[in-house]
Amino acid sequence: MIQHPAILALMTASLIVSGLLLYAGWFGIRILKNWDLTSGSELQLNLERRTYLIATIVSYALLFQTISLFLYLYTADGLHILFTGAMCAAGTLQVNSYGYPTLIMKLINCLLAGSWLIVNHADTRGYDYPLIKPKYVLLLGLVLLVLAETVLQFNYFMHLKGDMITSCCGSLFGSDKPSIAGELAGLPYRIMRPLFFCTMAVLACCGIRLYLKGSGGYLYAALSSFAFVVSLAALISFIGLYYYELPTHHCPFCILQQEYGYIGYLLYATLLGGMIAGSSIGLLMPFRASPSLAPYLPRLQQRLILLSLTCYLLFTALVSYRMLTANFRLGG
Amino acid sequence: MHRALNRHRNILDFALSSLMRRKAKNISLFLVYTLIIFVIASLIFFVQALKREAALLLTEAPDMVVQRMIAGRHDLIPTRYAEKIGAIRGVSAVVPRLWGYYYDPVFQANYTLLVPDTEPPPPGSIMIGSGVARNLRIKTDDLVTFRSYSGMPLLLTVTAILPQHSELVAADLVLMAAEDFQAMFRMPKDVATDLAITVANPRELVTVANKIVEQFPDTRPILKSELLRTYDSLFDWRGGMMVVMLAVAVLSFVIFAWDKASGLSAEERKEIGILKSIGWETGDVLLLKFWEGAVISLTAFLAGVLLAYLHVFFSSAALFSHALKGWAILYPQFKLVPAVDGYQLSVLFVLAVLPYTAATIIPAWLAATIAPDAAMRS
Repeated sequence: MIQHPAILALMTASLIVSGLLLYAGWFGIRILKNWDLTSGSELQLNLERRTYLIATIVSYALLFQTISLFLYLYTADGLHILFTGAMCAAGTLQVNSYGYPTLIMKLINCLLAGSWLIVNHADTRGYDYPLIKPKYVLLLGLVLLVLAETVLQFNYFMHLKGDMITSCCGSLFGSDKPSIAGELAGLPYRIMRPLFFCTMAVLACCGIRLYLKGSGGYLYAALSSFAFVVSLAALISFIGLYYYELPTHHCPFCILQQEYGYIGYLLYATLLGGMIAGSSIGLLMPFRASPSLAPYLPRLQQRLILLSLTCYLLFTALVSYRMLTANFRLGG
Repeated sequence: MHRALNRHRNILDFALSSLMRRKAKNISLFLVYTLIIFVIASLIFFVQALKREAALLLTEAPDMVVQRMIAGRHDLIPTRYAEKIGAIRGVSAVVPRLWGYYYDPVFQANYTLLVPDTEPPPPGSIMIGSGVARNLRIKTDDLVTFRSYSGMPLLLTVTAILPQHSELVAADLVLMAAEDFQAMFRMPKDVATDLAITVANPRELVTVANKIVEQFPDTRPILKSELLRTYDSLFDWRGGMMVVMLAVAVLSFVIFAWDKASGLSAEERKEIGILKSIGWETGDVLLLKFWEGAVISLTAFLAGVLLAYLHVFFSSAALFSHALKGWAILYPQFKLVPAVDGYQLSVLFVLAVLPYTAATIIPAWLAATIAPDAAMRS
């Protein structure tokens, strides 16, 4: 393994998050088994107290996961110098088969932890904890995924050897390569550009309608997930080109570098925020009818719509600004 | 939104006054915490600064250096190799270099002797680094005697002392003419220490290196990127080893923090009991504990980082520079260029603040879930 302070930091963070979530998961199982709000037993009181601990643990875990996601990307980017052929994080993550799966797991875990906290926030507002069961089932899923992520990350760093040969982003995200990344890069901008802007426009309309009338929650959540995927694909297909001002450079990682003012971090943070807030609206929809949450949930959902829309619109604004001001034009 | 902010502000206010009420306990925690952050931060800043220095130095280095090998050891390379290598397509310049080390038995120090490619000093004169000048206690226009390999003394005049800003490179450097160098080491005229090669297109470097090895199987080309990579991993490795060793210190600190956080005094228990009986919820007490932790973490983080900054960039990391730099009699007294970025701070945050925060979650929850009547009765 490469002895690098940032790698040690990432391993520490993963071990801490896994340990905390395992502890939370263990009590999650006990809550799922023994929860009975009508009972005034010692066990039930104890479990009720534990819900605070679990919520605190997941809040911290989300914070640690978010830091760890960006630190992972930045470290992968910084390590590229050690591998022949790598020019940014794209190459470093390609060094062994654990790099990209770890990144994807980190992303999923951030999204899940964020959604869990929103569901938990809603749940604590109801006097009868109406979301307790689905919430703890979701928590168990999160625990398993975080453990899997820790194992993947451990394997990734253990199998990093300084003398390995890898590929640079140019060959990984080249549009002529028969890979997923290559396919994404090869998506024609003539389709992706209108698709991206149309998705954002439809999302905005749907969001405003949901905000004002309170209908179309599932549609908004689905659209928000779709917008997340489209935005990532658009980032590889054409948005990156405007930042790099190069028609062949499709890498989604180089924008995280200093040369581009670290703009990538802001872009990815807005996408993550938009997706977490947007998909949580859908998660909360089935519980709107619950009597204890009915007076509260619509207001929370309105706030989530505002947050989600702000994030996605900020992303669109940043991208549009760059497209208008860059000395680069696609397709004349 | 305004209400939520107000709630946080009020609880933070209360947390500050609560911390001030238990000065002795919190100050001891703060001091240990600051010390831990100071040590880890010094390490990270120092390693990063050294890596940056090495990278800056190597920007001046040639794209590729070709050495001749005999029985696996570095040997002198015939200058006729230079002509043939120069003829390889893509090679734009080949410069035979003369350099070596001279051990001064009187002052027990090693000097690096080098014949510069451009504007070498005239025969009989040398330019020296400030470390050499300090060691030999000489100044410009003084005479220096080096003992040559033939046993004869070589008398040289110092024409200049190399400027201070290049101390890292130049502390132990002696620049001389090729004739003096050859006389000093009894070196034949048709050999060089190695060949510095410039290639017009950096992407061709590996191809050129392969061609050189094909033509001259007794040579070893070393690419600049390989040097950079070696320096980078060397410093990271040393820094990483130190962090691993410090893990024990961090662990002890975590146990200390856990102990401090879980050992609620009777007065604290009573305070929480009163707060809960006047209407504070468990969530509010948790928030209070969060703010207490955040205040201690952030102040210790700031203080530790600040002290580490002063330590590394103003005292050249006096505490552990030897462990990380290596040692030599004529060690350059260089000042590192101060630069700290978000990356280093986030690594530090994860290494020092995360374990502390994790260690205090459960004690904070235990404190927050105390039943008011039991707390007030204790």
